[in-house]
Amino acid sequence: MKLDQLTKPWAAFSYGFLDESAKREMRRRILKAIAIPGYQVPYASREVPIARGWGTGGLQVTLTLLKPASVVKVIDQGADDSVNASSIRKFLRRVSSAKETLDTLKADIIQSRHRIPEEKLREDQILVLQVPNPEPLRPVQPDMSEARVMHGDADYGQLWLTLYEQLVRSGRIMQGSSYPSMVNGRHVMTPSPIPRWDVPKMHMAANLTILSAGREKRIHAVPPYTRVEPLVFDDVPYRVEDHADKTCYRSGAMGFFMNELPQDDGSSSFEISDSQYGVKHIQRREGEAVTLGETYYREGRLER
Amino acid sequence: MNSSVSMTSGLERQPPCLMLASPILTIRGAEKSFGDVRALRGVDVTVYPGEVLGIVGESGSGKSTLLRMMNLEEMSDRGTYHLDLPGREDLDLFTLDRFSRRMLRAHHIGIVYQNPHLGLRMNNTSSGNVAERLLMAGERNFAVLRAKAKESLDASEFPTARMDARPSELSGGMQQRVQLAKAIALEPALLLLDEPTTGLDVSVQALVLDTLKRLQRERQITMVIVSHDLGVIRTMADRVMVMRNGEVVEQGLADQIFQDPQHEYTQQLVHAKL
Repeated sequence: MKLDQLTKPWAAFSYGFLDESAKREMRRRILKAIAIPGYQVPYASREVPIARGWGTGGLQVTLTLLKPASVVKVIDQGADDSVNASSIRKFLRRVSSAKETLDTLKADIIQSRHRIPEEKLREDQILVLQVPNPEPLRPVQPDMSEARVMHGDADYGQLWLTLYEQLVRSGRIMQGSSYPSMVNGRHVMTPSPIPRWDVPKMHMAANLTILSAGREKRIHAVPPYTRVEPLVFDDVPYRVEDHADKTCYRSGAMGFFMNELPQDDGSSSFEISDSQYGVKHIQRREGEAVTLGETYYREGRLER
Repeated sequence: MNSSVSMTSGLERQPPCLMLASPILTIRGAEKSFGDVRALRGVDVTVYPGEVLGIVGESGSGKSTLLRMMNLEEMSDRGTYHLDLPGREDLDLFTLDRFSRRMLRAHHIGIVYQNPHLGLRMNNTSSGNVAERLLMAGERNFAVLRAKAKESLDASEFPTARMDARPSELSGGMQQRVQLAKAIALEPALLLLDEPTTGLDVSVQALVLDTLKRLQRERQITMVIVSHDLGVIRTMADRVMVMRNGEVVEQGLADQIFQDPQHEYTQQLVHAKL
């Protein structure tokens, strides 16, 4: 028997870029993360051809989940057309022959940086969030080993204390993004730097959410239909950004999370942050046949 | 006279047994070694509800180790530790795991350290430091947290107008008052004071001791106070334990110890002070 009969035929790279052993490790870590909602599972975090901090964690999860029939959407702060998002999308297509899409409703896997789409995700969809800092306790406990012990003991008094301090000093909660949230009543996680607007979307969501930090080498997950409750005092209700009455100047849609665009005269105009959802509104206005999915918020109010 | 406190020294005299209630704290045969150093050599402690036990001794006598043990920060190598808490009378606290120790400490034991940096978060507000205790115990209502923190700070005679100042901006005496407010916020079964007034000047020391006295009188808090300052012990304690080299050399009523010390070391100590 010759050596070339024993070896696999040469290829430039494995399917989905990562080699099989790396993908197997990822799958195991993901399964563990799903089994213990909100718990941070360490993983090896391989090199991928983008820099740390640009979504390497999310990219590794997406590469592991891909198959040739997958349809992928990549979001960067709500937009599909940023350089980062389009490069990742192009890379995913090249290494897996998966299809690209901009439409939330048509995607199987949605990799996102700092936003959850406005349209409701379904049970057959997976949301992959890129996480810069997976540790909600880092501001109060810089020692990682200590923080792990605190997670083990569910010792979250200091996170509550941080919120107390914000209320005392500023009269309101100042935490804008990465709002610490209790998953399944046990682990507090940081939901990646999504705005407060997006956190309630995770609560009892139909889709699986995987949050992966490439630089910090941690994966955590929110399985479908799992409680995600932002830490709030009984008498101080959770408050999302005041975007309920803002209207998108391009699409005319109202009551969604907006990007604020400062104008020359000192005022601001607003455009919808979930860019493709805005585009679909414009397309419909111009008479094209587009499907607008059901949204988490309706007229600026959360649908429950 | 039957006594629940046994002496570990060679002294034959039994300590007084004036308390009729069953003890709130019972430690038997506590031992601790740090490498070759034997910090505690079989110490028995009994504290009755509502009394103030003073522990005196020179540096290295093991008194702080004993106090840390009572606060469940340090585990004994041998021996047992019982606190008379509802439903936990038979529980040996030295066998608890880390989590249970923390919960028990949060709910039932308050401590004031000599160094406020150990007991306080210097960059949080004073009221926040007190509120943290309540948050650990599961209070989730902001208005209630505010009210209770204020009440507790008020009880320790902290000026409530400054309740949202950071401890790092406060004087030493005020920092000790914040520590005290934090310690008594949950009405603990046991209040531990580790040299609470050492490092304060004499007039402030007197004020803080006044507050402690008043609290003790009004709330009947059981206290254990550790100090090398006999003046503090004389002011505060009902009963005194004298420690040396990890052993209790003498114990008895405060007056008895100060007026009629029996052990050679206690005699030296009292005379050195006077």
